Amino acid sequence: MTAISDRTKLAYANAQAADGRVNLEFETDDGMTLNMGPQHPATHGTLRIVVKLDGEQVVSCEPIMGYMHRGYEKLTEVRTYPQVTTLVNRIDWLGSFANEVPFILAAEKLMDIEAPPRAQWIRTILFELSRIANITLFVGDMALHIGAATAAFYAFRDREFVLNQIEAATGGRFHPNFNRIGGIKDDLPKGWIADTKASLDKIRNFCDEMETLVEGNEIFQARTRGIGVIPADVALAYGLTGANLRASGVDWDLRRDNPVGLAWDQVDWKVWTHPDGDSFSRFWVRLQEIREATKIVDQLLDALPPGPIMAKVPRIIKVPEGEAWVATENPLGEMGYYVVSKGDLGPFRVKIRTASFNNIAVVPWVARGVYLPDVVTILASLYFILGDIDR
Amino acid sequence: MSSADTTDTTTATATDEAREEIVAILTEELGEAVVGTHIHPGDDLWVRVTRDTWREAGIVARERLGFRAFEFLSAIDWLPSPFGKNEDSPTDAPPEPKTEIVTGYAGGDTRFQVFARVHSHSRKLGLTLKVDIPDDDLSIVTWLPVYAGVNWHEREVLEMFGITFVGHPYLLNLYLPGEFEGHPLRKDFPLLARHVKPWPGIVDVEPMPSDDGAAESEDVAE
Repeated sequence: MTAISDRTKLAYANAQAADGRVNLEFETDDGMTLNMGPQHPATHGTLRIVVKLDGEQVVSCEPIMGYMHRGYEKLTEVRTYPQVTTLVNRIDWLGSFANEVPFILAAEKLMDIEAPPRAQWIRTILFELSRIANITLFVGDMALHIGAATAAFYAFRDREFVLNQIEAATGGRFHPNFNRIGGIKDDLPKGWIADTKASLDKIRNFCDEMETLVEGNEIFQARTRGIGVIPADVALAYGLTGANLRASGVDWDLRRDNPVGLAWDQVDWKVWTHPDGDSFSRFWVRLQEIREATKIVDQLLDALPPGPIMAKVPRIIKVPEGEAWVATENPLGEMGYYVVSKGDLGPFRVKIRTASFNNIAVVPWVARGVYLPDVVTILASLYFILGDIDR
Repeated sequence: MSSADTTDTTTATATDEAREEIVAILTEELGEAVVGTHIHPGDDLWVRVTRDTWREAGIVARERLGFRAFEFLSAIDWLPSPFGKNEDSPTDAPPEPKTEIVTGYAGGDTRFQVFARVHSHSRKLGLTLKVDIPDDDLSIVTWLPVYAGVNWHEREVLEMFGITFVGHPYLLNLYLPGEFEGHPLRKDFPLLARHVKPWPGIVDVEPMPSDDGAAESEDVAE
């Protein structure tokens, strides 16, 4: 009972604070309220966390979002289908290409067309490259939050090699906007395959480096092992997905279990899980994921099928009436679009299910009772992008 | 690839039976409360239940059917937008505004519907549950005891659609400021940016790549 009334009080304070009248009661009878963010380095943007403390232990905490809400669900209702990809690019800005894919697949599903194999393979390759670019940054960033700044510099350096390849293929470093309904915009440029293979080698080196520099580090392990444990059942009830779910021991990866037309089922790779569910295991699973992504891209590049890159689609795209849900395994977790079409040029309603929104919802549960510095490591290990929460 | 194709068809029929089984179990548990179903064979499943059994449907899905993973909960406003879709040229005459409410899969009788998506890792398929919300009483019982992750989703639906969740202990705006008026995702809430500066319409259409485009270009990777 007290827990709920505490939270009610706290949530009220949050709502007040979010209005811009930032006057929290900092000293109360039963502890202290501390405000992390909106510009705390651990929050990757403008997430704000109000933590209620008893000494150094967290009694309760409440994330406050909305500083970056851009209303994409409303905006999609006045856009045409091809225009929506430009919007959804900006949701998770570190893995932009991966954001477009499920929306395009949902539109293709409603139109009952399928992109040709070569387009699907190139989509998968770029999808995995954006995963590498995204998670590489996570590895450096997580170490940075523990206090090891060196890894962050390596991460930014090595991520650049992958971003260069994405830019060479799509023209955009961060926002490719490369998917079209029925295929992709262009074919891969000349010499791209060899360059990409070279950059994958650098990424594999980076993984080895990080394994010794960060993962094997005694301080890193002390700060992450056994901290922020999320059991599998809690993870499922909160809708955690991606590496956060696999780090809780649930063997689930949409790339393997529901490949939705892309080429993941054509190559040999492995889904890694970890039984512990703590901050360390989330880091570990993600590091393995980079390795697996390099394997996937390597194999796909070796066996890239020839052929066209666009299916036959009308010039003006009208999507038939219907509802479709397509989700893919994005760098941050499962991202899906529930598209409702009325047969118009644009969607009637799009519900955007983002991974970070659900992943961060577990923070009040997992941070209860931990020490304040561990809140930072838990947030870093859950890995979120603000644009992915606020949409 | 022919062998892969054959396996695909067999799994398609298998999962289809699996979906019919789910509908059968839901009907067995909830009786007449299952008011609408829609199956895309081998693809997806929609079930609409009555408002009174919304929580029971969630419990049956989670406990008996094994849909333990929660994906999302949201709402939809089926009213056609009174402002049109702003995709027509400003010089043309505006199209006749539609007023008829046409709902989607699994039917519906009301303007607002709440829908939620749950997933079963053991069955390897998902389920979309829908429920009608009558206009004169925009409220529904919370799913918080069923799926803990529903918390923020319900708060988002509250502020975006104005639908109350009975039994939710901290129903406050999630994104919007406290005294914000209106519910932005309702269709009758205008998108002001488009009223200040009208949409120019579709002015440039990107040319499609030609069929032999890949073959004639020398810059293409092998």
